Amino acid sequence: MGLWDDIKALGQEISAPGKGMAITGSYVGRDTITVSYPEVRRPLSRRARWRHVLNRYENGLEKCIGCSLCAGACPANAIYVKAAENTEEKRVSPGERYAEQYEINMLRCIFCGYCEEACPVQAVQLKDIYELADDDRADFIYTKDMMLVPDPNLT
Amino acid sequence: MSFAHGFHLFLFSTHIPAGYWWIDFIRVVVRALMSMFGILLTVPPLIWLERRLLGFMQQRLGPNRVGPWGLFQPLADALKLLMKEDIIPNNVDRTLYVVAPILMLMPTLVTAGVIPWGPSQLWGAAAPNVNVGILYALAWSSLGVYGVVLAGWSSNNKYSLLGGLRSSAQMISYELGMGLAIVTVVLITGSLGTSDIVQHQANQFWGTAWMVHEGIGFPKWHIFRLFPMGFVAGAIYIISMVAETNRAPFDLPEAETELVAGYHTEYTSMKFAMFFMAEYGNMVVVSAIAVTLFFGGWSVFPVLEHLPPFMVNLYHSWGRFGDGLTDVVNSIIPTVWFMAKVFCFLWSFIWIRATLPRLRYDMLMNFGWKGILPIALGNILCVAFAIVYGYFVGLAIWIVLGVVVLVVTAGTTSSKKFTAKTRLQNTLRLTNVAEPFVTTAHAGYGRQTLPPDASSELTSSQPAGDLDSEKYATSDAVRN
Repeated sequence: MGLWDDIKALGQEISAPGKGMAITGSYVGRDTITVSYPEVRRPLSRRARWRHVLNRYENGLEKCIGCSLCAGACPANAIYVKAAENTEEKRVSPGERYAEQYEINMLRCIFCGYCEEACPVQAVQLKDIYELADDDRADFIYTKDMMLVPDPNLT
Repeated sequence: MSFAHGFHLFLFSTHIPAGYWWIDFIRVVVRALMSMFGILLTVPPLIWLERRLLGFMQQRLGPNRVGPWGLFQPLADALKLLMKEDIIPNNVDRTLYVVAPILMLMPTLVTAGVIPWGPSQLWGAAAPNVNVGILYALAWSSLGVYGVVLAGWSSNNKYSLLGGLRSSAQMISYELGMGLAIVTVVLITGSLGTSDIVQHQANQFWGTAWMVHEGIGFPKWHIFRLFPMGFVAGAIYIISMVAETNRAPFDLPEAETELVAGYHTEYTSMKFAMFFMAEYGNMVVVSAIAVTLFFGGWSVFPVLEHLPPFMVNLYHSWGRFGDGLTDVVNSIIPTVWFMAKVFCFLWSFIWIRATLPRLRYDMLMNFGWKGILPIALGNILCVAFAIVYGYFVGLAIWIVLGVVVLVVTAGTTSSKKFTAKTRLQNTLRLTNVAEPFVTTAHAGYGRQTLPPDASSELTSSQPAGDLDSEKYATSDAVRN
């Protein structure tokens, strides 16, 4: 703790900004960590809960059987299910009923995933579709045709 | 007189025939407009550079959406500011409120008049070699402080007032440092005129006789003269210019996290744009003055200041137009070098902003009055001795003063506090005891003890339990 230590410490303090500037200066030519958003989308985790989709089986039938267990499980009462009978001519889902109207009010939805857990046939699932911004409240009621996955047999 | 002849007189001749005085008048007006627009037009590229470069230094991209590489971002900023609603709060002092941004912007533009961007006596500056050049610049930058304090005062807002007062106090403190560094340069040069100062540094080199004759070697810029006195003056000027423009790390008065936005909190739209322009314009102007005073202004090696001979011959083969073109290009080249040097300074401004944390206000003022000012004064003393009695006398006095200052400041309490790494180290150095403060004087507080492995020095000196409350005076009210 002598005078020489103090002088050395003073010298270190004076040269500290120079060392800092060397660090920031070395960042200039290098790649940045910015993700250029619309061109590149960061991958989300496997269980990220965003927008709902309604799944189908491989043969094209919808999985949803209109049982309303998801509507019952939803803590925000965001789901409306209107079931209808499957007839021989028009078979939409395997089983007795299908969902004729299936609507989710995204402004009420809290993305908890209880509907996904409650569904007995794994019809509704929360996927990683997160670009949901819109400018009219009425457009936030997502209907079945907005959420149904495309028929694999028709592509 | 034909138009071509008149234009030739306008461009090149120092002696206008009588009766055509208006040619000189137009020349004066054009030069003034050139300098003013030169500063104003530098501001948008500087804004772009700051945002992009700051981003890269922080490992992120700056704005890159508005044009290629975000080049139109300053235009977008300007349009946004122009289209904002111009609010004047209710109880402000309307005259001062409107005048304050103008008062801050005007000195910047006016100071640009004495900055020499080229060697030509006609077109080298707006006011080529006016004989009070650098004093004029210093005087106008002092007037710029009015804009800040009036903005804070007229905003009818406590925090703006505090920000304005802090900012103005900071600016005038560091103007002293700047002034003394400028005095050093004026002593070395013997003249206040900025063109004289640049001429004193231009085309002078250290080296062998052959090197000096050829025009190469180590340039004799003021920052290298009378080493280390010129260097100290240059360092003082650079630190003071960063503080003068309220840039990081001296930007407490306008930091968003501190006093909202300081003195320009209540300003929107065009008035805010004028503060913005004034800050960036000020950066450019003080950088230009630094380049002029310490880094040789527009001069580099003479071989680089003229067109190479083969190009001169090429232009000559084009006739009189080619000769005119040679003259014009030859007068532009030193300006390009000047702008390159100013660009390096602006890069450094941004670099320093990206790196250094903000100085607390009392640290800032202490540094200005107790650090910069005495060092600048001592430097002037040494330079004066060096000029009168020769370099080595000045150097000897500098070394003696430097050693004395180093020993005194390195040994003082404040310096020890400044360099201590831990509170314990600080306490031990200050008092040689581990517990200088007795907390048993306060009823209800426990005695402050150190952990068992605090320091090896402690275990060899008196043990911690030695400090009795009887050794320290306590008030009767507490004791009873």
